[in-house]
Amino acid sequence: MTRIMGYCDRWSVRPGDTVNFMVSCIGAESYAAEIVRLKQPEAGPLATPFEPEPVASDVNGRYAGREQALPIGSLAVVTGHPCLERLEAATLVAYVMPTTPSKGRQALFGNWCEASRTGFGLELDEQGSLVLRLGAGRGTEVTLATGEPMRAWRWYRVAGTFDSQSGRMAIWQEPVSRHGFDLDRPIARSAERGCPSTRSMNPLTFAAWQNGETAGPSAWGGLQFAQHFNGRIDRPRIVEGALDHAGIAELMGETGPAAIEHELVAAWDFSLDIGGEAIIDTGPNRLHGTIVNLPTRAVHGHNWTGCINDWTQAPEQYGAIHFHDDDIVDACWTVDFSFEVTSAQRSGVYAAKLTAGDFVFWVPFFVSPPKGEARSKVAFIASTATYTVYLNNKGRFLSSATEVYQGRVTVMDEIDSLLFEYPAMGLSTYDRHSDGTGVAYASRHRPVHNFRPTGRHWNFNLDLCIIDWLEHLGGDYDVITEEQLHEEGMGLLAPYNVVITGSHPEYDSLDMLDAFQAYLRRGGRLMYMGGNGFYWRIAHHPTRDGVIEVRRAEGGVRAWDALPGEYHHSFTGEYGGLWRRNSRAPQKLVGVGFISQGFDKCSYYRRTDAAADPRAAWMFDGIEDELIGDFGILQGGAAGLEIDAVDARLGTPPHALVVAQSENHSNTYEVVAEEVLIPHGATDAIINPEIHADITFFETPNGGAVWSTGSIAFAGSLGWNGFDNNVARLTTNVLRRFAAEEPLPWPGRPEAGA
Amino acid sequence: MYSFDKSRLDLAREFKANPFGEHRPDLQYLLNLMRRPDPKRPHFVLMPRQWGESWTLAVMEPGASPPRPTNLVFTDAGEAEWHVFKLRWAELAGEELPFD
Repeated sequence: MTRIMGYCDRWSVRPGDTVNFMVSCIGAESYAAEIVRLKQPEAGPLATPFEPEPVASDVNGRYAGREQALPIGSLAVVTGHPCLERLEAATLVAYVMPTTPSKGRQALFGNWCEASRTGFGLELDEQGSLVLRLGAGRGTEVTLATGEPMRAWRWYRVAGTFDSQSGRMAIWQEPVSRHGFDLDRPIARSAERGCPSTRSMNPLTFAAWQNGETAGPSAWGGLQFAQHFNGRIDRPRIVEGALDHAGIAELMGETGPAAIEHELVAAWDFSLDIGGEAIIDTGPNRLHGTIVNLPTRAVHGHNWTGCINDWTQAPEQYGAIHFHDDDIVDACWTVDFSFEVTSAQRSGVYAAKLTAGDFVFWVPFFVSPPKGEARSKVAFIASTATYTVYLNNKGRFLSSATEVYQGRVTVMDEIDSLLFEYPAMGLSTYDRHSDGTGVAYASRHRPVHNFRPTGRHWNFNLDLCIIDWLEHLGGDYDVITEEQLHEEGMGLLAPYNVVITGSHPEYDSLDMLDAFQAYLRRGGRLMYMGGNGFYWRIAHHPTRDGVIEVRRAEGGVRAWDALPGEYHHSFTGEYGGLWRRNSRAPQKLVGVGFISQGFDKCSYYRRTDAAADPRAAWMFDGIEDELIGDFGILQGGAAGLEIDAVDARLGTPPHALVVAQSENHSNTYEVVAEEVLIPHGATDAIINPEIHADITFFETPNGGAVWSTGSIAFAGSLGWNGFDNNVARLTTNVLRRFAAEEPLPWPGRPEAGA
Repeated sequence: MYSFDKSRLDLAREFKANPFGEHRPDLQYLLNLMRRPDPKRPHFVLMPRQWGESWTLAVMEPGASPPRPTNLVFTDAGEAEWHVFKLRWAELAGEELPFD
């Protein structure tokens, strides 16, 4: 079976920038690469034919195929150190909370090397019992196990001691329970087994064992890793010499200040640098290390009281790291070819088309004008934040649960199938880790199944319908991206008279919202071309571009919910969740906000009396129809999938005009969870009058304005009947007015110069 | 409270006539029953052959394995929904629907 997949290091580039492409090719000796400009999606017989525009480039051609592995699974690592090498007797102790204790052998911490069978370490065996493992090479290993499985989601203090001279080993597996009742009991075991000398310069690892060198991609140090742990580790410490039980309690600070500091080798405090990637050793040797593949931080430690819910206020209660065997932040593949963007490339949406046999894979990227320059008065802002958090959305294929809310059998093509053929591609923030916890981090530095011009019409693919419309109008537009907006702020938008969003700009950082707000206050015009926009708060990684955090806190339509007390982003400390819970409801910015979703059938809008208001009548020039968008490639209508409505309570400006409102949605359209505080029966669109999409218009100070469609499906109707339809006409009327220099008059005030 | 009743052939006919969009509560109950997730049972997906034009019915076995295509190809999405409905009806009722 032939397969090809790849990714690039940058999504947002400008003339002079270079994009590096990483490719894995399976089952074929070579593959073809071609740079193309994307002007529309592949959207079937009722849409514009899919015709990517070839781009002349030296990189176009054939390349030797080779498979590149995906180094999945998180851990933390400290470079080998003489103070660890010389340990002939030691005590290892930590608090741990396994979340899948019976999944198989799992490393806790130590410098054990699975390949060379050297070093020491604490781990869980196949049943979830604590094990101390020592070895000086194959055939010399000794182990000591408690023989009692730990329970999932319970904290334990675990400790192991060994002494090579006496040959004595001991372990303790002790439940740490603040509340609740459980039959679990403390266990201690000891034995004299002739401990081998464990002298080794192996790196010390947490939550995985190193498994020797690899010639392929490595997440750290050219090594491969195995026995990944699912769960939390808190306050790991190493002392020279074998402590007794009282000494262990003293070491962990449970019986007053430790008097054994002179024997301390290392004491890691994971509550330090929570927003970064370092692990800090507060001990005398400063054995600082790094996390690998972004395990989750800003999570409860063993001592969380429940009284503090913000880790920035009590970091000592958030001293744990939650590791997962399916974390991946960077595939670390070798570069196959590089494309240099020249000034000859117009701003637009581009992709590398990779072909091996009959299998085609796309790696899109966006070319913007040089920084500070605009080549048009119109900018399309690609929803790169939203694209990123959706990458590798595997959960929607995992069961028939998706059918329940979609009202139809799930469609899945052979590129979607890669998620199951190569599960190490990782997950999206719409998924749960293998231990059931929600995925809080998203990264674009890996191959992904759902960022392409083919397949399901959602996000990037559907946004190409907006590009298709702009191309139909003559192609006078620039492309900018949300990741540029986060980095550069309002200055990115300032050169443009009008900025057009994608169909589903759902995720925003504070900097992004502030930039939109400032742009509108200065007279900018925003066409919000979608539904469920500006909904979730996100945080960007402090140093890695293309890595985003989402904490699905209280409220909202969400695939998982963050654990209580874990609502604050690790990257920034900001409270996560819905923007409406952060005083920035989308209605304040664009007049409308998420009200309902359904995926079985799309509907239409009906023109309202407000459409005749002189402030808005111009947008209906040439349109006689009462029904708007009763057609489209997305389930037959322009109003649907995820839809937004005005709500004065949440900040819709009082002068906003709803010029068309959708109706006739099915009973799979349920009101969003955050609107149902007390359960009631009136939740679906048949019986709930609040469920509708509102095409909304309002002016902003200094000649600006906002026009919102309030529907993801809207973009799928633009190209209907060769763009000869009332959705395209209405939208084009708005674009032309918004792109014009003439200010939109602030209502109630005479037009400037009048 | 609704429950599955294999004598309610009217619900099957109603679904066949209108597989997408609004359904009456008793039919919606039946669909929710048929679509309820069960990690021990396989579920179905449609694999497009030509986007928006034809689909192959495929089965996802428990355990997150790749989809296994069947030899059933549909050129109408509603026909595909109806076929899956019939399979699920047979599983619930212990017998096939007496009509196609």
